[in-house]
Parts: sequence; C-alpha cells; structure tokens
Amino acid sequence: MPPPPFTEGAFPCTECHDPEIPVNKTRRTLEMSHQEIELKHDEEHRWCLDCHSSTNRDKLQLASGEQIDFTESYRLCGQCHGDKYRDWRVGVHGRRSGEWNGHKSYLLCVHCHYSHAPAFKPLKPMPPPVRPSQLAKGGKS
Amino acid sequence: MSRTLPNRREFLCTVGGCAAAAAAAGCSDLTHTSWFRSRFREMPEAEKKTIIAELEKEHSARFQQPVTVGVEPPMENVEFGYALDISRCIGCRRCVHACVDENNQSREPQLQWIRVLEMDKEKGIDFAHADAYYDAESVPREGHFYLPVACQQCENPACVKSCPVGATWKEKDGIVVIDYDWCIGCRCCMSACPYGARHFNYAEPSIPTEKLNPKTHYLGNRPRMKGVVEKCTWCIQRTRKGRYPACVEVCPVGARKFGNLLDPESEVRYVLEHKRVFVLKSELNTRPKFFYFYGL
Ligand code: SF4
Ligand code: SF4
Repeated sequence: MPPPPFTEGAFPCTECHDPEIPVNKTRRTLEMSHQEIELKHDEEHRWCLDCHSSTNRDKLQLASGEQIDFTESYRLCGQCHGDKYRDWRVGVHGRRSGEWNGHKSYLLCVHCHYSHAPAFKPLKPMPPPVRPSQLAKGGKS
Repeated sequence: MSRTLPNRREFLCTVGGCAAAAAAAGCSDLTHTSWFRSRFREMPEAEKKTIIAELEKEHSARFQQPVTVGVEPPMENVEFGYALDISRCIGCRRCVHACVDENNQSREPQLQWIRVLEMDKEKGIDFAHADAYYDAESVPREGHFYLPVACQQCENPACVKSCPVGATWKEKDGIVVIDYDWCIGCRCCMSACPYGARHFNYAEPSIPTEKLNPKTHYLGNRPRMKGVVEKCTWCIQRTRKGRYPACVEVCPVGARKFGNLLDPESEVRYVLEHKRVFVLKSELNTRPKFFYFYGL
C-alpha cells in the first residue's frame, strides 16, 4: 500500500499544532490555515475533529475514541461506509494491482477519494476509435 | 511475410502422412510458417523450441530489441474468470489504450480489442442504440452508462466451432486462443462470435518500434501479420505468470476484477457470490466467463 497522500508539508501535523497550545474545539470557519479545505463530506454534520484527534494531532480518531495512524484511515472511512469497506478488503471495491494469485497492492480510500470532498471526479476520456469508414483511409491510433 | 498456408493445406492433403513427411524434413529446418510444422497444440517440445527461437529472432531483428515469445501453459487447477462493475465504469477508455500498448495491437491501421459502449440509462442495455464513438470533455456523461466489451472467453465458444482449420481453441484455463500461424484468414469466427470480439488484420499491422511490448506469448501478444484474426486473451502473457491483466491495473475506478474461478477466496468468486451479476446475450448459451455486475 502506498503512503497516505498528504498535502505537501502537511505532515506531521504537530509541526504547527504544538501540543502545548490548547485546542479550540468550537466549530468555526478556519481563518489562519487550511482555508483551502472546502468540506463537501456530510458537512452539515461533520467537522475537523470528528475524524482528526484533538489530543494527538498526528492521528485520526475513530468514533470509539481509539486513535489510529493515517496509514489506517480505511478504518475511519469504514465506520460509515461499511459496505464499501467490506468489498474493499476482499479487493472488489477499488483498484488493485500485482498478482491475482499472490502479492497484491491496495490503495487507501483517500488515494481515489479526497477525504474532504470524496465524490469521484469526472475524467477526460481517451480518444474514441477511428470509424471504419475512416479506417480505410489510413486511420491511426 | 509470404502466406503459404492454403498451399500447404493442399499439399499436405495430397501427400498424406504428414508425420512421416515432417520426420523426413527434420525438425531443425522447421519455420513457423513451414509446411511441415505441427499444430501448436500438439507440437513436440523440440519443435516448439525451434519455432520459438526462429520467431524471437525474426521479431528482435524487426523491432531492434530483444523480443521474447513465451509458451507458458495453463496452470493446474486454474480457470480464469473476469468481472466488470458497470455501476462504476465511467467510460474513460484507459483500458482500451492500455490494452493496445500491452498487447501490441496495430496502430495503423488502428485495431482495438476493447470497445466501450455508451448507453442510455433510460434504455438500459440496448446494443442497437449503443455508441462506441462518443467523445466528451469529461465522462461519465449525464444520463449515460458505459459497457466495455471484449472477448467473453466463452465456455461454449461459437468461434471455435466455426473455425474450419482448428486454428482457435479453448485452453484448460478457459482462455480462447488463436494460433496466428495456423489461421487462414477466412473470418468464419468473426461472423460466428456474437460479441464482435474478433478483429481481422485487413492490412499489414504496424507498431512503432519504441511502442512494442517485447514480452510476448505465442498465443497472445506476439506481433501479428496481415490476414489473421486476433482478439483479447486476458493478457495470457501476464496472467499465466500470476499477474493481473493490464486493463485491471489501469482502470482508475477499479471496475475490473480478475481471478481464478476455482479459488473460493478469489475476487471474482466474491463477486459471483455477493453481487447482482449478468452475462451478455445469455440466451445464446455461449456461457461467457466475463461477468458484469452492479457493485454499488
Ligand atoms: S478504464 Fe475502467 S472506467 Fe475507464 S472505460 Fe475502462 S473499465 Fe471503464
Ligand atoms: S466472445 Fe466471441 S471470440 Fe470470445 S470466446 Fe466467445 S465467441 Fe469466441
């Protein structure tokens, strides 16, 4: 599994979030940092500290209070998306590469779904095939 | 390359007893197009070696790099199956082009094994109104869904039955293969296949030297010639070595699943047991081993 896709310079979080500074737990619009994050992920009900731990800033936090590493973020996602989590673990949801009968590499949920706005982004399709009528005239790939 | 196949046929029929003739000619003189070579399926190991060495030499010279031609046989207790999640496919055609690169399909004229069909959500699966030529700034397009189609590796393949010379057959692991050197280019298989999965080299296929994938298999992605039929082999050159097909790895939405149907732990088996699954044109009793499913 490749490492979590952190924004450059964002990790470890404690570089900026000094554990000595008391945490402001009030839900608010951020003004000092992270303004680029526009939460589009059940934003009516969620906020930073629902997933990010307020006691250890380098960790994520499950609903149970258990703190987990970013490399295990799938456990956090799986709390709400249990059906996808189940399929992902057996290799049916998401992308796998490697060997069908041996070593496989997985991606984390967040490699394809940006955690703060997880809907999959549309892509530009690769070129359509040449029509048979054009093919006779020397159509190329 | 000169095609002497029809002549060879006539010749062998008149002479009869080709085994004796081959023995007389001696294995060392055999070439992959020679009159006395055996059918690949029945080819003795020594003859295989000679023919593979000859092919490798020919392709390496033509493409100016070392080209290998593998003959990996089916693995024991393996029957391949494929599953594609049509609720996820976005029609981006990454698979089509990865397949061309991996499997050495002709760039000019263009030949592609995978065809992605755009369909109307309102109409459902409807081949008569499907569009393979859609283009857009971004996909998926509103109101549409996508159905990629290539060879379905049928359990009961119409193509195999229609071939008059036995140049195409189903292997033990379920892959339907073609011996390009045995194919006479009659295209019976193309008209027999209900999925449009087979493609004919009407002109000499061409691949730029730097685009060639030099890791090939005799029954798969080795360079083809004018006048023969080709189709998807589930990347036989990769899958018989345990790897996933190229399309599985490239698909950005992870819609493509591949594995051993005989292994209850495999991804395909999970799909078959837990998802809503269908095959194309099931009424024809071709029994595809390419399954489509709804993963959502
Ligand atoms: S690469 Fe995946 S999403 Fe894109 S067209 Fe192929 S199957 Fe569909
Ligand atoms: S899809 Fe067509 S080419 Fe492939 S095995 Fe079935 S009948 Fe043959």
